[in-house]
Amino acid sequence: MGKSVALPVTEPPATTAAEPRSIVDIRNLSLVFAAADKPVTALDGITLKIRAGDFVSLIGPSGCGKTTLLRVIADLEQPTSGDITVNGLQPEMARRKRAYGYVFQAPALYPWRTVERNVTLPLEIMGIDKAERQRRATVQLSLVGLSGFEKKFPWQLSGGMQQRVSIARALAFEPGLLLMDEPFGALDEITRDHLNSQLSKLWATTGKTCVFVTHSISEAVFLSTRIVVMSPRPGRILDIIDCDLPRERTLEMRESRQFQDIAARVRHGLAEGHSYDD
Amino acid sequence: MTTSGLRAKGPILIVGLVILVLWYAGALGLNAPQSIEALNRTGNAWTTQDLVVRTMTMKRPVLPTPDQVLNDFCQSLFSYPLTSVRNLAYHAAVTASSALSGFVLGLLLGTLLAVGIVHVKTLDSSLMPWVIISQTVPILAIAPMVVVIFGNLGFTGLAPKAVISMYLCFFPITIGLVKGLRSTDPLAQDLMRTYSASTAQVFWLLRLPSSLPYLFASIKVAIAISLIGAIVAELPTGGTAGLGARLLSGSYYGQTIQIWSTLVMSAFLGLALVGLAGLSERLVLGRAGSKR
Repeated sequence: MGKSVALPVTEPPATTAAEPRSIVDIRNLSLVFAAADKPVTALDGITLKIRAGDFVSLIGPSGCGKTTLLRVIADLEQPTSGDITVNGLQPEMARRKRAYGYVFQAPALYPWRTVERNVTLPLEIMGIDKAERQRRATVQLSLVGLSGFEKKFPWQLSGGMQQRVSIARALAFEPGLLLMDEPFGALDEITRDHLNSQLSKLWATTGKTCVFVTHSISEAVFLSTRIVVMSPRPGRILDIIDCDLPRERTLEMRESRQFQDIAARVRHGLAEGHSYDD
Repeated sequence: MTTSGLRAKGPILIVGLVILVLWYAGALGLNAPQSIEALNRTGNAWTTQDLVVRTMTMKRPVLPTPDQVLNDFCQSLFSYPLTSVRNLAYHAAVTASSALSGFVLGLLLGTLLAVGIVHVKTLDSSLMPWVIISQTVPILAIAPMVVVIFGNLGFTGLAPKAVISMYLCFFPITIGLVKGLRSTDPLAQDLMRTYSASTAQVFWLLRLPSSLPYLFASIKVAIAISLIGAIVAELPTGGTAGLGARLLSGSYYGQTIQIWSTLVMSAFLGLALVGLAGLSERLVLGRAGSKR
């Protein structure tokens, strides 16, 4: 294993400084949406711990609550029962402290702002001065390979480039935690491969903790250190699969035996989820 | 070039020509009875040609011809100094100043109401009905009362006229802006929430910019109405200046040509005001790059 996980695992209440910090800690969490006809259980008894530096993928068919789980971590949805802490805080406090950057399914760029001013938007809100804002935008845009596009408007960019801008925007205020909700879902496979390897490099160099929602098995295996397989109605965790490929990922790795084995296990888990459903 | 130019301008020319022909025909028909009477009174024999010429050259026709209107329009513009009450441009300027001040007031009031309605739930249910009721009262009924009340308070001239314009203007601004401020992309709102942005930041950075296309559509409606408000307001003030006053004096003395040239002037003024709104839209949104 490339990561340092072989540490004394103590139970939650203990707060020793030496262990890899638990960034997200979810215990027996459930969420029920009150609908007009009958309540919908979106999440049921979710227990999940995400450690610093992890790249965790949430995978499952549509409607399995993976996006909802991500939104709970981000304090965009309120759980009905159970506990959740982000950076050891309640999600609301974590959000107020700007603990995470969020990348949505759509780029959600502001069309009236240039690429640079889209990236500096969170910094503006945080009251960071202009020179520093521009410096960080330059750094982040070069990190996602978009140097030279600062003064362009979103509509002048392709879909893949727009999504990269939104990643740069999420990185701009340097959060330790990156939450991504199917960021490449709407892109063609070639662009997606390209962005996957870029994202993987980004993760390897910055050491951020990432939570990534996807319904692509190969994307999940390629990017993750751990894969959380979920089943729909009610949203449950079926399996958590360690993905111990080397930390430096290359697209060629996808042809390796190890990669295929992990992918098979994920596929198996997903299929099992479906038999529960029907 | 000529064929494509003709194809583009052809319909415009044809519509213009049709209107001119209908106008002349209308003048001929409407002015004929009076002209025949006048010709008969002279006691001489007259021909159809005499009749046609007479219908087109009456001093107080029922419907003046386009050339008569144009002639009066140009004469009033160029034969008198700009400060003369005989100059149409002077009247247009008076009306434009009250229309524009009314529009600015209406823009402020309309924006204030819209922001309140969008942010405070109780205002939505308590204020909106009054906003709508205000527009169901005919402006012709309200205008004299406003003039009287303001006169009592010692305000005459521009102030009451601007207020009447404002009364008409704020409505489209409020309706358009409420719609605009509520039409923000839910994802963009979530994004603001992840930054834990304050309500003020969400307003200035997201809600207002995304409502601008709606606001400018409303502004175009409002600025055109502001002109109507200003002209209507000039009728009961008994003023001696302004397009409304000129219309009124024209109708007192049966100066139909004067009425029509004033109408033409108010049409041009309306075009100019709406053009101004369009220009400011292009300046603001063009720079923001949201328009393509």
